[in-house]
Amino acid sequence: MSRLGTITRRGFLIAAAAIAGGVAVGYYYVRAPYPNPLEDDLDSGEATFNPYVKITADNAVTVIAPRAEMGQGVSTTLAALVAEELGVGLDDISVEHGPASYAYYNSAMLAEGGPFPLFDEGMIAQTMRGAMGAAGKVLGLQATGGSSSVRDGFERMRRAGAAARHMLTAAAANALGVSANELTIRGKSILHEVSGRSVTFGAVAAAAAEIDPPSQITLKEPGEWRLLGKPQPRVDMAAKVTGAPIFGIDVHLPEMLYGTVRMSPRFGARPIETDLSRAEAMPGVVAIVPIDTTYGHGFGVIAENTWAAFQAAAAIEVEWGPADYPADDAAIEAAFKQALASGAGDILRDDGDVDAAFADAPAERVIEADYAVPFLAHACMEPMNATARLSGGVLELWSPNQVPTLTRQLCADLAGVEIESVNVHTTHLGGGFGRRGEMGFSMYATLLARHADGRPVKVTWTREEDVAHDVYRPAARGRFRARLGEDGLPVALDMRIASPSIMASVLKRTFPSISPVGPDKSIVEGSFDQPYSIADYRVGAVETPLGIPVGFWRSVGNSYNGFFHECFLDEIATAAKLDPLAMRRTLMGEHPAALKVLDRLAEISNWSAPVPAGRAKGMAFTLSFGSWVAEAVEIAETGQGIRIDKVWIVADVGRALDPAIIEAQLVSGAVFGLSSAMNQEITFADGMTEQSNFHDFDAMRINQCPQFEIAILENYHRMGGVGEIATPPAVPALANAVFALTGKRVRRLPLSNAVEFV
Amino acid sequence: MRLTVNGNAVDIDADPDMPLLWALRDLAGIMGPKFGCGIAACGACTVLVDGMPTRSCSIPVGYVDGAVTTIEGLADGNTLDAVQQAWIDEQVPQCGYCQSGQIMSAYALLEENPEPADDDIDQAMAGNLCRCGTYPRIRAAIKRAAAVKSRAGA
Repeated sequence: MSRLGTITRRGFLIAAAAIAGGVAVGYYYVRAPYPNPLEDDLDSGEATFNPYVKITADNAVTVIAPRAEMGQGVSTTLAALVAEELGVGLDDISVEHGPASYAYYNSAMLAEGGPFPLFDEGMIAQTMRGAMGAAGKVLGLQATGGSSSVRDGFERMRRAGAAARHMLTAAAANALGVSANELTIRGKSILHEVSGRSVTFGAVAAAAAEIDPPSQITLKEPGEWRLLGKPQPRVDMAAKVTGAPIFGIDVHLPEMLYGTVRMSPRFGARPIETDLSRAEAMPGVVAIVPIDTTYGHGFGVIAENTWAAFQAAAAIEVEWGPADYPADDAAIEAAFKQALASGAGDILRDDGDVDAAFADAPAERVIEADYAVPFLAHACMEPMNATARLSGGVLELWSPNQVPTLTRQLCADLAGVEIESVNVHTTHLGGGFGRRGEMGFSMYATLLARHADGRPVKVTWTREEDVAHDVYRPAARGRFRARLGEDGLPVALDMRIASPSIMASVLKRTFPSISPVGPDKSIVEGSFDQPYSIADYRVGAVETPLGIPVGFWRSVGNSYNGFFHECFLDEIATAAKLDPLAMRRTLMGEHPAALKVLDRLAEISNWSAPVPAGRAKGMAFTLSFGSWVAEAVEIAETGQGIRIDKVWIVADVGRALDPAIIEAQLVSGAVFGLSSAMNQEITFADGMTEQSNFHDFDAMRINQCPQFEIAILENYHRMGGVGEIATPPAVPALANAVFALTGKRVRRLPLSNAVEFV
Repeated sequence: MRLTVNGNAVDIDADPDMPLLWALRDLAGIMGPKFGCGIAACGACTVLVDGMPTRSCSIPVGYVDGAVTTIEGLADGNTLDAVQQAWIDEQVPQCGYCQSGQIMSAYALLEENPEPADDDIDQAMAGNLCRCGTYPRIRAAIKRAAAVKSRAGA
């Protein structure tokens, strides 16, 4: 595609880094499998076939779903991939997360990391995807993120199930003295139908594990699937309706101590003056220890129970050092203003000649607008926590985390042990949304464990610490202009977006010796990679360092670029007196998947029907994480404020492996976006976060929750992600509905600063 | 001091100012009630005290003089309460962290009002925050549980 020639040279440095990390070390390394981590920890009589399957002699089948279960249902769908090919049902198996291991690398997460839109399937884009995916393998990055888990596991885990079935069947054929092709799988047994004889998986598991895995595997055709493509009962339901202790915060060990942290509320600042005497004298306090890490400076409290730890942490008298970054909202605004004035930034999309298009544009045909979004907290329901025990040179770590291999590496360094002496137990996560793709909470627990004489310490943050020390969704600013043609359609679109780099912030606190390479595409993802055809189309990313820690927040850059891009398109439609859905239809004419999404949305939302007075609809579209999603929102003026009545979501995910889980994720993603759009913001004063708990950083409540109507499509030829895709278009769809209802074009989130919601 | 939790006497040695939540979790090892906010703003810690839904993070254990019911006390042996079963039937939980509190609030609602209207549900459940956005399925599950309980009682 011609666009490739105009991608900045710096963009290719990302590929160079990936290749240096991956392909350059050689074909062998990329092809060679990692050792099976299950072999290190088998029970007596237990056999393992590959990193995903183990079977005991008494026929208990365990499937490893090595991605964090944070509500997205991934443990169920990943287990179904294995079970489908193994030939068993989900109630025949138990599902575990498994150990931290390079064998559970995620290559799909990195594959889309290059500066290419999804629909660019040219040679360079595809080569980059291959190289980046290989880097994911070579780096051994076991990570849950980027809505990538099912895409990553789709081939690999079905193959694991098929290989195990083949080996079990071969062993059964030996045991029964018959040919393997006369055998069928029934429950967890292998049946010779002709003779009526059968053996259980468990009876032949040990022998089967000695058989070489097949070199050729033929996977089932989708038409033969019994589990995939159909709603499955989730494997985690029973635990979650009985209050079972499955979360990190529920870890309960013999001799366990309890702890918490009190970290500098100014990021990176150190204590200047400290008086621990009152805190140390409080009942139940065992020790108070300094914490100095790349994640922050402060104190850890070890106590006999969590409440005592909280009380003592609050009693620490400390004066913190000053902020060495823009310390309040005014200073942050000034930094953004300067950034936007500094130039076009890194150009991630540059179709046609934008400067020429605006040079001779008549003023009445030009629209300009500035947009703004605030920092946001993740506010997972389960506050950050981890439990660590350092005893006999071995670090045991129980951590609700999204990055087990990185957690193992950084915590090994802190504990002064080799990574082979670290066991990471990844628990269920009480919400993740990207927040738990961090190592800070695990590192703090590790540090406290060094002062606990070999006893385990569960370190729980207060909600106040959690809000004050998030890695926030970055604030961003956008400056946009469009030139409209004779027919009102945009002929030129120029977008300049300023935001801190998430990658730079992540590297600073995880691997500070590594410098980020190339532009951070997350600054403009959701704007530069959308499937609209506009002759002169430029999107620039202006990296704006602000010193405040930022991180991955459900849908990352798409979370605000969706708002920017789709509200500005709505402004164009209004100026041109075009229907916003019909206008998008025209602009996306080259992409049949997009058109089908829009057409279905128009149909189920009855888009073209007039809306009664006091009510209005808005819509938006975002292509993110490989999926094409359009949403419409209907709102009503109640007299006391605006109520969100109904939301329609149409998502083309390419292939829908579990429609019920996907539906839940679409609702979930939209609620997450609507929560932020309505009333969430993190602000700063004196270098510190001003919000502290759910009273001033709330989210949608059940009485605010609209009705949902969902349509899941499978038209696009590649499978897309699910967990994040409904968040980006929800925000602009609501803002566009607010405009339609009130005539107020709100360009700065949250909307509650301009209109009231009930 | 002695608490009655899920019908059992539980002796604990606690500072009377310690919130009930931490007495249950850290001292009694009852993990169903979850810590979310510490200020009665999210409902994850909801338990029943003499049948009344109570935010256990914000009531000092020394003040508790009624029978405490946590999510662990809802099922009858291996038989789930109708509310829990409805939660499974509607596949409500996602991350699941808030669901102990949601279920306790829903259980208390149905004890008080066996046929709640939509507004009743909204009002009773607005104190229980869910960041995964499971609210539509919570509504459906409460209605399902109400129907089941009404059939069982009829």
